[in-house]
Amino acid sequence: MTTLTHPTDAPAHGSATEGDGATATGRRRAPGSGLLSKAVVNGILAVAACYTLLPVSWLLIAATKNHRDLFATSGFALGDMNLLANLRHLFTFDDGIFLRWLGNSVLYSVVGSALSSLICVATGYAFDKYDFRGKEKLFGLVLGGVLVPSTVIQLPMYLLATKAGVVNTYWALLLPALVNPFGVYLARVFSEGYVPNEVLEAARVDGAGELGAFARIGLPMLAPGFMTIFLFSFTASWNNFFGALVMLNDDHLYPVNLGLFMWNSVTQQQPEYYALVITGSLVAVLPLIAAFVCLQRFWRSGLTAGAVK
Amino acid sequence: MAAPLARTAGPPAGRRTPDRRVPGGPGAATRAARGRRRAAAVLITPFFALFAVVMIAPIGYALWMSLFQERSSGLGFGGTRRVFAGLGNYTAALSDAGFRASFAHIALYCALYIPVMTGGSLALALLVDSALARAKRFFQLALFLPHAIPGLIASIIWIYLYTPGLSPVLDGIQAAGGSWDFYAGDHVLLSLVNLSAWQWTGYNMVIFYAALQAVPREVIEAAVVDGAGALRTAIQIKVPMIASAVVMTVLFTCVGAIQIFTEPKLLNQRGAPSIDTAWSPTLFIWKAGFVQHDYGLAAAASLLLAALGIALSFLVTRLGNRWKAAA
Repeated sequence: MTTLTHPTDAPAHGSATEGDGATATGRRRAPGSGLLSKAVVNGILAVAACYTLLPVSWLLIAATKNHRDLFATSGFALGDMNLLANLRHLFTFDDGIFLRWLGNSVLYSVVGSALSSLICVATGYAFDKYDFRGKEKLFGLVLGGVLVPSTVIQLPMYLLATKAGVVNTYWALLLPALVNPFGVYLARVFSEGYVPNEVLEAARVDGAGELGAFARIGLPMLAPGFMTIFLFSFTASWNNFFGALVMLNDDHLYPVNLGLFMWNSVTQQQPEYYALVITGSLVAVLPLIAAFVCLQRFWRSGLTAGAVK
Repeated sequence: MAAPLARTAGPPAGRRTPDRRVPGGPGAATRAARGRRRAAAVLITPFFALFAVVMIAPIGYALWMSLFQERSSGLGFGGTRRVFAGLGNYTAALSDAGFRASFAHIALYCALYIPVMTGGSLALALLVDSALARAKRFFQLALFLPHAIPGLIASIIWIYLYTPGLSPVLDGIQAAGGSWDFYAGDHVLLSLVNLSAWQWTGYNMVIFYAALQAVPREVIEAAVVDGAGALRTAIQIKVPMIASAVVMTVLFTCVGAIQIFTEPKLLNQRGAPSIDTAWSPTLFIWKAGFVQHDYGLAAAASLLLAALGIALSFLVTRLGNRWKAAA
């Protein structure tokens, strides 16, 4: 019972059992469980954490080096501190195009995902709270949309966009970013969990219109779900390199991703671009890491709702 | 005119019985039902309008395009004309050695990547879930961190870590007296698997860990009381109980793998000899569409790839259900 009410007791309880087994009773132990000592378990986890963290720390260190030190010093050793000069070079290079790319990325990802999440939440809420003809068929269509690999529709979308004259415009990336079928699925699950039908009934009794009830009651209650869906579509659109590569030619419209890709593609001929790509990658990545650390509980709940069903 | 009438008749009944399963005044009930239908329509219309534009229209257009081929007309004057080809593009794609090879590449990649990544994330999730682990929050965050990094930037970082002169990894190998070429013909697949595993192991570990948290503690305690050690509890009790999460992960991984583009594109750009410009199906489609301008072939290949993706999803869920039923 105690372990039920205090799940955090589990570690203490577990290690006590391990200790007993080794000393006093010497009772039947599964072969190999001796391998799982505290040191080994935490040692393996520490090695795995090094594997995930070291490439990012390399990026951080590399961004502080000048071009000569980048190749002359060993990867994790510090050279002359050159971070500020690298940053200045990054933000002034080619009339400050990098800043423009950052701004574009924010537009595509932050604005696009905010709108997209709002659309998802409205749709998922409607699927949960209302009955209408063909509802489950429409929802099946949404689930079908989850299954369609996004890269596969990129080429026909490009050809359609050419005909509509939106290729090489902001719309070419923004419009597709607004549609997130998985977000609709998540929003329906969240709406079932977060918005009790009784609350809506009460609002109706008080004379609230249906849309008013959504805006004033449903939407605030779905705020955590909104954040989760926002994070999902934000990651997807910030990651959307293929779409940008297909749709955009004008480097003034590039998101950071595509800009870094273009710089990276000339590094082998012009190694001085390495510093730009490395510093640019660091600048592009740091806000994302900060956001993920601060918004942990939202992506956690999204992963749980999405996968553990 | 009807509305005020209904309102005078409606309110008392409507106020007491807002639910239309309990019949109030018939006017109030239909009005409420109509209001709900209208609200539902308003709320779902934006999504489905956009869905039609960016999902259904492109798929329909791809279907249409896949039925035509560009033929050069007459003696080569006057450019090309579009002719109806029926399933010609599909047979052309299926018999294209490059397209078939791209699937073989993905199959080999999956055969290496899925066991390594899924096994790794499962093992790490079990370790974090085990009673012995300390600093669980830190480890989860540290292992998840690569997922916060866009695929393109992750690829750039690792490609630099694979590049002689830049790479501390290669410096280390050389200092130890060894040598390694990350881009060499038979090594590059391992380099690619490592790059993907770095991005996704922690992400899936968090999913598995969340699933493990949902395993009833009584079940695990019962196993411990029965004398099962930590390792046996993990393998015989915990893993079967999160089988559905594992299956879902394999599904998403397969669907992701057949779409892989960024990583092989960058490795190809670096000059890895065995990653050609049509190494993966998406690269093949890219080349057919944007380099060779053979839109019919590219559309047919896209739809074949989509069909495979959807079929895979069905197959894996079906298998997962059967597995769950048997467990």
